[in-house]
Amino acid sequence: MNTLICRTAILLLAAAVGASCKTAGASRAAPQTEPAPILQPGAPGQATRPIAIAQATDLSKVGATPADVKFMQGMIGHHAQAVEMVAMIPSRSQSEDMKKLGQRIDVSQADEINMMRTWLTARGQKVPDEHAHHLPGGMMPGMLTPEEMARLAAAKGTEFDRLFLEGMIKHHIGALTMVDELFASPRAGQESDINAFAADVDADQRMEIERMGAMLNAIKEKK
Amino acid sequence: MRSVAASVFTVTAVLVAAAIGGSAQQAPFDPKDPRVGLKPGLRDAGVATRNMELVSTMPKPEGFFDPQNPLGDPTPPERPANATPEPAAPAAPAAPAAPAAPTGPPRPGGLDFANSDLAFNGTHMFQGNFHGFNTYDIESGKNPRLIASVVCPGGQGDVSVHGNLLFMSVEQTRGRIDCGVGGVATPVSSERFRGIRIFDITDIRKPKQVAAVQTCRGSHTHTLVTDPKNTQSIFVYGSGTGPVRSGEELAGCGGGDPKENPETALFSIDVIEVPLAAPEKSRIVNRPRIFADTATGNVAGLWAGGDHGPGTQRTSTTNQCHDITVFPEVGLAAGACSGNGILLDIRDPKNPKRLDHVSDKNFAYWHSATFNNDGTKVVFTDEWGGGTRPRCRATDLPNWGADAIFDIVDGKLKFASYYKMPAAQTDQENCVAHNGSIIPVPGRDIMVQGWYQGGLSVFDFTDSTKPVEIAYFDRGPIDAKNLITGGYWSTYWYNGSIYGSEITRGMDIFRLKASEYLSQNEIDAAILVRAEDFNAQEQPKVTWPATTVVARAYLDQLNRSKSLAPARANAVRQALEKIDDIRTGKERNAAATLDQADAVATQLEGDAAAATGRTAERLKALAATIKGRTARLR
Repeated sequence: MNTLICRTAILLLAAAVGASCKTAGASRAAPQTEPAPILQPGAPGQATRPIAIAQATDLSKVGATPADVKFMQGMIGHHAQAVEMVAMIPSRSQSEDMKKLGQRIDVSQADEINMMRTWLTARGQKVPDEHAHHLPGGMMPGMLTPEEMARLAAAKGTEFDRLFLEGMIKHHIGALTMVDELFASPRAGQESDINAFAADVDADQRMEIERMGAMLNAIKEKK
Repeated sequence: MRSVAASVFTVTAVLVAAAIGGSAQQAPFDPKDPRVGLKPGLRDAGVATRNMELVSTMPKPEGFFDPQNPLGDPTPPERPANATPEPAAPAAPAAPAAPAAPTGPPRPGGLDFANSDLAFNGTHMFQGNFHGFNTYDIESGKNPRLIASVVCPGGQGDVSVHGNLLFMSVEQTRGRIDCGVGGVATPVSSERFRGIRIFDITDIRKPKQVAAVQTCRGSHTHTLVTDPKNTQSIFVYGSGTGPVRSGEELAGCGGGDPKENPETALFSIDVIEVPLAAPEKSRIVNRPRIFADTATGNVAGLWAGGDHGPGTQRTSTTNQCHDITVFPEVGLAAGACSGNGILLDIRDPKNPKRLDHVSDKNFAYWHSATFNNDGTKVVFTDEWGGGTRPRCRATDLPNWGADAIFDIVDGKLKFASYYKMPAAQTDQENCVAHNGSIIPVPGRDIMVQGWYQGGLSVFDFTDSTKPVEIAYFDRGPIDAKNLITGGYWSTYWYNGSIYGSEITRGMDIFRLKASEYLSQNEIDAAILVRAEDFNAQEQPKVTWPATTVVARAYLDQLNRSKSLAPARANAVRQALEKIDDIRTGKERNAAATLDQADAVATQLEGDAAAATGRTAERLKALAATIKGRTARLR
């Protein structure tokens, strides 16, 4: 185990500069004389007890729940709509700030969609088509209706910017609602990856809402 | 470590690569660096190392990985930088899938069993894990021994020790008061635990939980703070970064905008007082508003989130600290607080007061802080990408996801330079600046730092404007195709060795080797420094004993910088040899030898008076060390 391999290139370099790569002698820990116990403490003041490996690694109760799966499936469609909205910016907005905002939302949402797909696939779950949110039942909190999307697509310039920001703020608030609903579901949001993801969606979207609110105010003040 | 899916800005990063200038810019990656292109592997990865050696390595113990899925799931790759958004297409064949109960064996997340931070006490090392902690006997660096594994999930499991008490951070909603692995059944539950656990480790083989202090946001990290005026208690600064739980579960908790909820649990840290004689009575004694605007009193007074203009990084909102490092001897703390780096006066530990705050257009997320030993500099880290993303590729900006080194001038932070581990890593290696500590070489500021799968890097920042790498160790990616979260969470110096907490592979112990950058005398002088315990976020002020090894370390530095006339250097060298000879009995004319050595020291003091800056300090320190040594021999 832990065979340390120096690549030829390193050896050549080491010879050249008289440096490095003498790690091959690293030793492994000596055999244990007595095995270290695996323990589980109790609540404060309660006794600590030995625990078997199978019990120690049993995460079946904190695995993904149906609510977790629903959250991830729903969030794919939710994010996909944000990507569609962002795709409208280049042809409809004149604002550099809007273009930057769009690029940022686009990259982060597309990346998260990717992450959610992988998460669902690894758990044998159906990965919804990104455009399934156009179908009945595909609407998640905060998402724009087909009519609202059409109105956005038809707008130009500052009017587009205003509709976009209002829509995206509503959209992001919907994501916060989804996070709240996730944590309000029994046993949901407890697996490490989804716990971190949900916390991150929460923090990230709050920051973006704040930012878009300021941009929206600036537009309104100009008028 | 911050999250699995932190937002990414690959596109922006590449686009603005040419746009950011400035004198503090780092050199671009060297494609010939031996760390580039290492063979992937969990246990047989290729290794590149310079000026240090791996002494031993231990895999994670049983109970701290899933036997069916020991590496956890991979993190999917990001969309390529040049990809364009997919065009919207309205039609789709299927309605959203109805959620079903997940099938097959449960799949632990990549972080369920991740190793995290380290703490040290005597010959024991405590390695935190999202699933609990492990205690090792490290008396022999070649043969470390696992003593006990403690299962108590809840992440991140950052640990600190003080005497017979061990402290642990818990933030996840799966955390249970009773350390159970089964999570919590209901959304609002008195069984849930998020906050700071305290264990009694008097019986090192059988730690016992003695207290569990609940907090609104849980504890992502924490910092122990001693009060010189109060030896009955210690304080803990708890930093929560997660969502705020409901007031139904824990009275007084509530989140949101401070304009709508003045009592919001955001925009503060938790100060917990721990009575040492009765730790079960530990409680929150303050939630100071350390981000408040000093003029208006607005508690959300610092960085509001967002970028700093074209071509700049998007920096997170300052409504939390990620990590706080205290330096009780100088009465200061450095807070890495999401959107800002802050400097706190902690002479009254219960009521920390903000002295200064800085922001940085290249920082995404202010993550951790380390003082130099004089308390005159701070190294802040930027955890761009949250720690699970590859952020050290050749295409990533060298000033992003880096360290920012600041001087402390009159209680204010003054930017000096950036430092980033300089070898390009792959798409399969999560990499960004992470935790490290000072290596106590007298006369210099040297730090060892973990960069996740970027390995560890030892660098000198004595000149805060010109940090220089002096040693490194790096393995190839864990997996050839997938990004498996791993690498060094933290690498710390403790009593002569460097310890690395590897998230997935286990733990490693290293020794430094002499090189053109660091002499054996300097290494030996650092090894002389012995601590009874060590928590990286509770920084100790190191002093060096007056020994000839320490004197030789200063002498080597003065020779390296060519700051000493050869004749004087020779006189110092001879005086030190004769001092050592007194001890061995070789030198019989002790009084005359000591007088001669003192005379050389006095000459050095004269040299110091004529010198400036670091040279003057080293000359003074060398003279004082010689005089200190001779005084003890008289």
